[in-house]
Amino acid sequence: MKEKQGPLEQAVSNDYKYGFVTDIDTDTIAKGLNEDVIRLISHKKNEPEWMLEWRLKAYAYWLKMVEPDWANVKYPIIDYQDIIYYAAPKPKKQLNSLDEVDPELLSTFEKLGISLSEQKRLTGVAVDVVMDSVSIATSFKEQLAEIGVIFCSISEAIQLHPELVRKHLGSVVPMTDNYFAALNSAVFTDGSFCYIPKGVRCPMELSTYFRINTENAGQFERTLIVAEDESYVSYLEGCTAPMRDENQLHAAVVELIAMEKAEIKYSTVQNWYPGDKEGKGGIYNFVTKRGICKGDHSKISWTQVETGSAITWKYPSVILKGDYSIGEFYSVAFTNNHQQADTGTKMMHLGKNTRSRIVAKGISAGHSQNSYRGLVRASKQAINARNYSQCDSLLLGDKCGAHTFPYIEVKNKTAIVEHEATTSKIGEDQLFYCRQRGIDPEAAVALIVNGFAKEVMNQLPMEFAIEAQKLLTISMEGSVG
Amino acid sequence: MIDLTYLNDRFEHLQQASADDGIAVIRKNSFDSFNKTGLPTYRTEDWKYTSISNLFDESFAQAGHTITLADLDALRMPGHHKANELVFVNGRFDATLSNILSTDDELTVLSLKDAAKGEYKDLVARYLNKSSEYMKDGVHALNGAFIEEGVFVYIHKGKTPQHPLYIYHILDGRDHPVMAQPRGLIYVAENSRLQLTETYATLGVSDSFCNGVLEVVVDQNAYVEYYKIQNDKSNASQVSTTHITQIGRSYVHTVTVTLNGGVVRNNMNLVLDAAGNETHLYGLYLLKGKTHADNHTMIDNKQPNCFSNQLYKGIADDFSTAVFNGKIMVQPDAQKTNSFQSNKNILLSDNATINTKPQLEIFADDVKCSHGCTVGQLDEEALFYLRARGIPKDKAEVLLLQAYAADVLAHIKPMAIRAYVEKLIYEHLSIV
Repeated sequence: MKEKQGPLEQAVSNDYKYGFVTDIDTDTIAKGLNEDVIRLISHKKNEPEWMLEWRLKAYAYWLKMVEPDWANVKYPIIDYQDIIYYAAPKPKKQLNSLDEVDPELLSTFEKLGISLSEQKRLTGVAVDVVMDSVSIATSFKEQLAEIGVIFCSISEAIQLHPELVRKHLGSVVPMTDNYFAALNSAVFTDGSFCYIPKGVRCPMELSTYFRINTENAGQFERTLIVAEDESYVSYLEGCTAPMRDENQLHAAVVELIAMEKAEIKYSTVQNWYPGDKEGKGGIYNFVTKRGICKGDHSKISWTQVETGSAITWKYPSVILKGDYSIGEFYSVAFTNNHQQADTGTKMMHLGKNTRSRIVAKGISAGHSQNSYRGLVRASKQAINARNYSQCDSLLLGDKCGAHTFPYIEVKNKTAIVEHEATTSKIGEDQLFYCRQRGIDPEAAVALIVNGFAKEVMNQLPMEFAIEAQKLLTISMEGSVG
Repeated sequence: MIDLTYLNDRFEHLQQASADDGIAVIRKNSFDSFNKTGLPTYRTEDWKYTSISNLFDESFAQAGHTITLADLDALRMPGHHKANELVFVNGRFDATLSNILSTDDELTVLSLKDAAKGEYKDLVARYLNKSSEYMKDGVHALNGAFIEEGVFVYIHKGKTPQHPLYIYHILDGRDHPVMAQPRGLIYVAENSRLQLTETYATLGVSDSFCNGVLEVVVDQNAYVEYYKIQNDKSNASQVSTTHITQIGRSYVHTVTVTLNGGVVRNNMNLVLDAAGNETHLYGLYLLKGKTHADNHTMIDNKQPNCFSNQLYKGIADDFSTAVFNGKIMVQPDAQKTNSFQSNKNILLSDNATINTKPQLEIFADDVKCSHGCTVGQLDEEALFYLRARGIPKDKAEVLLLQAYAADVLAHIKPMAIRAYVEKLIYEHLSIV
């Protein structure tokens, strides 16, 4: 029984509108992973010796590790020798302005709704775009440089600011942290680097846009953000990939460092290709994201909207080391068809009077499985630590699953930790109320789901909030009735 | 790493001695399963916060005992003169110390061996060791491998025994450290009623370890109240598994009170295998010294229209550790499930630890499930209120903690048992 075409269905004819492939010359290396591949990547990027040594060390460590299996997700064994570890659009030469960028590339990003040229000047967001393995262009560099903000690709940072990179790279997520972090440390190809000097409030949103284009390529990017004393930065991240039948691996590492009284706001709208209705294809999104509130009174806030990927496995975390530091985590994870998501956060309270807040909303539809997994730890020194966590799940349909695994570990008698979680479906009375007022079922469900996710959406910067809301509506296509 | 090879010898010896007692196959399968999984380590998710492998040391003997009726008298709970008492000594059911008041048409007590051969052999075959479908760890398997002198209780159809059932687990640690692995199976038939209280006591000063499994099967329209009271010595450790399967629409009500002990691990499993079941689980743990108490609850909702409610409250003082893990599973068929869970903790010392992990795994959509947990301290204002009225700080604290515990104690229905537990708690909290 199909309802007649609603405005929603007309508006969105494709399930995944970012699924096209750009036909562009790419410089790829052969599939497989060994020391030579790492040397080749390092050589191609013209890296200094210490960087290569760091990579090789991580690789040696990775070889000794076993792939973890504790997450509530199922997938066939990944053949790490069947992945291309480096794919870069050609020609790769030093770019001085956007005019020199391959027009084919520019139009790709136009199609994705990310204009690197004129329009972006109006919205005032500085963008770094990464396609497959390399950063293509970064806008607003000069304007940012004037006030001392460094915003560039990490490869560039390794060349131009080696002292900063060397000091901070791997300081929050060590290469030995976990299987995918070790792999990333060995083979990461690009990503963004941003550095906000003391006392500077970054005047515009910084943004990175990730795109996987080449078949069989894995994307391994590395992002490093350092906010010095009394600085502020808001950072956005978006991602898409073409529709392919094979699963592709995305294993990124993001590190945030907030010094005294600094604040970092990190927002993600993750929309990797989720696979088709039968669960074929899609991206494996295995990401390690962690921030450290190093200085007193610092703050790190993660906001994420997860609608894509066949499998999402990520836990943006905050280490609350400085006294009076604050960690926040706001998340909406939507899974449809055969998607699987195991996501959540970790709040490690180490300093005195630290506070954290977790709001996680999971929505599952179709045959999907959606898990929240979180850890709140108040150590012995974390006097007056305070945490509040809320995680709610909404089930659309009777074939999907919603799971919660919150861990709470308290070793301090002055700590107060609260956790609450609910699971339910959309109330019949709510639906009835909307339908009675002439709203068709699909639009009614969209309305209710958007209301359910509102608390998190409100945390996103304006432009992103609108996009995320649209995305949520599109992802829900076909999950009702 | 301790050497466990002695278990092989003991197992072979037991299998030879009682080869044809009808339980040999279960023992064999359990021992195979133990050999495959071994003892849990901190890497085993369900045993992440609780380490017990040192309790399987060879020096923990399973030898004979010298317990007399006089020893038992000192341990008896109030109301015992009107109760059916089952006594396990060092994990073995002891018929001579036990005392059954109810008539045989109300309640039948047999040794597991006899039950496995006689009239009830089908029930034993069908339900004994069903718990292994849920408990995959080596500790549970070891109990199964050493089922020897277990007990079988049958509550007859339509009967409400006048006398409640008390189970005592006595460990004789007067000469040497002791290990016990008691086992029981209780079948509560249609339209019948059971009130059961289980408690533990170690005699002497040696270490003791009790790894017990009790399985309860509850049939249509039956009503079960179950109370577990743990207030043993500080060097007495326990792994206590209670596996309740509700095979007919029925009512189950349990209260677990943990006051003292070494390492105490409780597995409270409820399998709701019929539509319309109702289950209430309550727990209270008041920990001092170095006691480590770990409460794992598991509710598996397999059929529609079930209701369950859980309330676990606890206090951790001194160097103690409290662990709570509450798992609620809702299977695809279990539509219209309502399942609620709440875990509240008070941490009184910086050397104490609380680890709590509520867990929901939901595969049906028309459900209402919620869980909440908190870790905090005594209310400063309430404390101030009492102190402003001339009540000294330590007295005021005991008063507030008693009030905190009262939420759970109110669910102990038999007055004699509730008064007994209240007294234990008062003594427990007042000793500084």
